[in-house]
Amino acid sequence: MSEELQSDVLNDVKNAEAPVAEETPVAAEAEAEVKLPDYVEHEPRPEMTKWQWTWNEIKKNKTAYFMVAPFLLLFIVFTVIPVFLSILLSFTDFNMLQMPHWKGVSNYARLFLDDEIFLLACKNTLIFACITGPVSYILSLLIAWFINELPPKLRAVVTLVFYAPSISGQVYLVWKTLFSSDSYGWVNATLINLGLTSEAILWFEDAQYVMGLCIVVALWTSLGTAFLSFIAGFQTIDRSMYEAAAVDGIKNRWQELWYITLPTMRPQLMFGAVLSITNSFGFGAVVTNLCGFPSVDYAAHTIMHHLDDYGGQRYEIGYASAIAVILFIIMFASNILIKKALSKVGE
Amino acid sequence: MAKMRTRNHRVVLNRSAGGDAGITFMLSIFGVFMFFPMYYVVVQSLKPLDELFMFPPRLYVVNPTFANFGDLFVLMSDSWVPFSRYIFNTVFITICGTLGNLVFASMAAYSLAKLRFPGRNAIFQIIVMSLMFHSTVNQVTHFIILSAFSWIDTYLSIIVPSMATTMGLYLMKQFMETSVPDTVLESARLDGASEFRTFLIIAMPMVKPAWLTLMIECFKTLWNSGSSIYVHSEELKTFHYAINQIVTGGIARSGAGAAATVVMMSVPIIVFVLNQSQIIETMGSSGMKD
Repeated sequence: MSEELQSDVLNDVKNAEAPVAEETPVAAEAEAEVKLPDYVEHEPRPEMTKWQWTWNEIKKNKTAYFMVAPFLLLFIVFTVIPVFLSILLSFTDFNMLQMPHWKGVSNYARLFLDDEIFLLACKNTLIFACITGPVSYILSLLIAWFINELPPKLRAVVTLVFYAPSISGQVYLVWKTLFSSDSYGWVNATLINLGLTSEAILWFEDAQYVMGLCIVVALWTSLGTAFLSFIAGFQTIDRSMYEAAAVDGIKNRWQELWYITLPTMRPQLMFGAVLSITNSFGFGAVVTNLCGFPSVDYAAHTIMHHLDDYGGQRYEIGYASAIAVILFIIMFASNILIKKALSKVGE
Repeated sequence: MAKMRTRNHRVVLNRSAGGDAGITFMLSIFGVFMFFPMYYVVVQSLKPLDELFMFPPRLYVVNPTFANFGDLFVLMSDSWVPFSRYIFNTVFITICGTLGNLVFASMAAYSLAKLRFPGRNAIFQIIVMSLMFHSTVNQVTHFIILSAFSWIDTYLSIIVPSMATTMGLYLMKQFMETSVPDTVLESARLDGASEFRTFLIIAMPMVKPAWLTLMIECFKTLWNSGSSIYVHSEELKTFHYAINQIVTGGIARSGAGAAATVVMMSVPIIVFVLNQSQIIETMGSSGMKD
């Protein structure tokens, strides 16, 4: 039954398209050119109030709303409401037990004036994000670009090698074995063998190494969805554009990348940027699993950890919400900045 | 004038031998950096005990053995609750969450991509915005909402929120826009198919790569979900959590930890390998228009 309908439909399409195209090719083309507006608003008829008109629209499109509704409902409950609840609670002293009291901006004042660990966490988060975000983004792009030059079979294998760490869950814990703090760790053993150090270095217990190591591991796991998106983006670019460009005087592959590839891929670049920013602020779990919580001397303590500390362990929900709101603001601000910067690519 | 040479009967433009060598060199360096830790886990998991405690540690195995995997099973058998329970939990959560996400997200994606109604742009904008922040930011308020439903310490606390993951919806909506022609849908409607039927019988089969990608995105997250803060009973915890106890326990070096890691990572890798071309196809339309 279903197949019947499908083949029916396909036939209809063929039948419908062919004669129209022959009769009025110009008109058909023109029609295809016209981009349909998102929604054509009909003027509300004078005898209807605005509410009646809205209700009519809803009734007219009820299938569409019906199909969005289940997802939207869950999305509102588990994403939209939590965001607004955070904002609201950040002005209170809620602790899960008593009714919340309004406290104005005192949570924020405490964060910036009284909480030295928070300021340290801010600094660490910014260092962490400013390195992992751009580096992982550029690395994803460059590697995807390199991979695109390979023959298809090899390309699939190389893609897997680079992508595997990001899907394999907590496989990054192997870094803890490699950088193990005794001489059985591969790195320590190699350093001792080469005579570079006489005793094992306590990698994850030493404040001067913790941050750097976490950044390396975070980068190692960061070639994820954005990376795949770039690979796909490179593959969809029409080769004839490069041929035309060569005729027009593009001299090397770097010019090709800057003047043709990147501008064509701008939508993918945008998508990848959003994901990279999101991830670069979300590496809290990686750090916790590598260095424990709290990390030594708070050397790798990020805002995410601070949030977890007050929200998940001390139950100072009001204060934790203020931390969450700050984190939201930072994430959105960086997204907006990056979008502005990306719109200049290839100009 | 640009250099031109042919390879495989295709014109290759603007490619110099030096550039090719440079790219191969860079790719190999990054490749070693990415691959070495993965390789090391696999080697560790195959080492017999005497090789594991050798100084300096070797980067290869002389007498490979599966004894570590055997040890893993022994460790599993004296866990707190029967180990099969952890496996069941992971499978159950992954299947329910993934199917739920597939059904809800693809219906919503179809509606947002192919139907026109007031508010659809606003809805999509909000969903795109949600991609911009990491979901753990909401962890605290999530807890409040889940406890209001009294879902804390139930399967529901993990399954239901995962059904509303936006990444899959986003990818599917973008893919539908580019690969399902409106004319096909229009003629299905003319043939008298209801909107829902059109979606199910015409649109869905055409976006198979997208729903595979959505399922894998969702699977990846759920399979790798360790200890959720919303669940504290031991019998509701996941395979990943149990394995993690083995890996991070003091016996990490003993090989069973490495064996456990190999087991955990092989599943998503196999799933990806089987579906790589479909996923890449879906990602082709993942771009974000500004």
